[in-house]
Amino acid sequence: MKRVWLSCFFASGIAMAASPPELAAGYAAEAARQSPGFQPSARRGAEFYARRFAVSEKMPACAACHTDSPLQAGRHAVTGKAIRPLAPRAETARFTDPAKVEKWFRRNCSEVLGRACSAAEKADFILFATEAK
Amino acid sequence: MRTARLIACAALALSLPARADRLPVPADAPPAFKAECASCHLPYPPALLTAADWQQVMAKLDKHYGGSAVLDEKTRREIEDFLVRHAATRSRMAGAGDPPRLTRSEWFLHEHRKLPDRTWRDARVSSASNCSACHTRAEQGSYREREIVVPGFGKWKD
Ligand code: HEC
Ligand code: HEC
Ligand code: HEC
Repeated sequence: MKRVWLSCFFASGIAMAASPPELAAGYAAEAARQSPGFQPSARRGAEFYARRFAVSEKMPACAACHTDSPLQAGRHAVTGKAIRPLAPRAETARFTDPAKVEKWFRRNCSEVLGRACSAAEKADFILFATEAK
Repeated sequence: MRTARLIACAALALSLPARADRLPVPADAPPAFKAECASCHLPYPPALLTAADWQQVMAKLDKHYGGSAVLDEKTRREIEDFLVRHAATRSRMAGAGDPPRLTRSEWFLHEHRKLPDRTWRDARVSSASNCSACHTRAEQGSYREREIVVPGFGKWKD
């Protein structure tokens, strides 16, 4: 039943508002379809957040712009522009707009990893950012 | 004698550039302009590039100065129309590069000619495109001289 509800949620509305746990659950359900038994992990999310992929010289890691902690304000590594924290605890609007979240995963993952992020990576990432304190 | 001086003054006034220290985002900006074009950097004033330049910038969002700023076609078109509507007409505002940069126009280089070279290399500036590193109220579209603080140099006094 939960799965049906979640797929409705994903199919029904890009523009729909959601809560961070709902968004993470949506990605987790997608990941579980690809590898049954998948459980999101904040620890894996933390590793992913800090990992230096080093595909791009100026944007080696997510942390290059978002700093070592999602609770802190960041700074765009190329333009210098200030970026508000990613953690919903510090910035309540985070992970509530599915279209916005998808857009930035698409951009930042291709920049930093040189490929799209998987649903599993996204679920871990959101869980980590949401639990950060 | 008096008329000659008047004519000289009028000619001087005409040769001076228009006041360019207030460059707020025009009021008819679509919401997407701020949401999309002010997320990675401040919203660049449309009046600082020509229409042809903006068309090139907007045609190459997939190769946006080394990154990607791709948009859906409807939003892309809406933003392009807005930028073109407010674009500069003078040729000294034409950008250079691919896509064109406003920080390479004749106008920009002239306005900033008095800055020592090392200031552009200061880590806090990192790029000429980082207007707010020196123009403390650039985010609000204000470039007034008394608001300028250059890193490693201090308050700007012409
Ligand atoms: C080059 C700088 C840069 C890097 C590197 C970067 N980001 Fe971002 N990120 C941004 C900017 C700019 C925004 C949008 C501005 C804002 O919303 O404050 C953003 C927003 C986001 C958002 C939107 C969150 C929301 O709900 O508002 C997510 C998700 C995100 N980034 C994930 C990542 C991930 C994952 C990585 C690493 C793979 C990463 N970012 C690396 C600059 C960066
Ligand atoms: C994903 C991040 C991102 C988004 C979104 C984005 N830009 Fe950029 N933009 C950049 C980066 C990075 C640079 C290069 C900065 C540098 O090299 O100093 C840049 C540079 C520019 C420049 C040249 C500045 C100069 O040096 O003269 C212009 C003009 C520009 N952007 C316009 C736009 C417009 C218009 C939009 C909205 C359609 C937009 N940008 C959206 C990241 C972005
Ligand atoms: C390294 C510091 C620095 C950066 C970065 C910088 N400027 Fe400037 N800018 C200055 C200084 C200093 C002056 C005044 C120069 C003078 O008095 O001769 C100035 C002058 C100007 C003026 C003229 C203001 C007037 O009084 O008419 C404008 C407009 C302007 N800058 C826009 C920009 C824009 C737009 C950007 C980003 C694309 C930018 N600047 C980036 C330092 C900077």
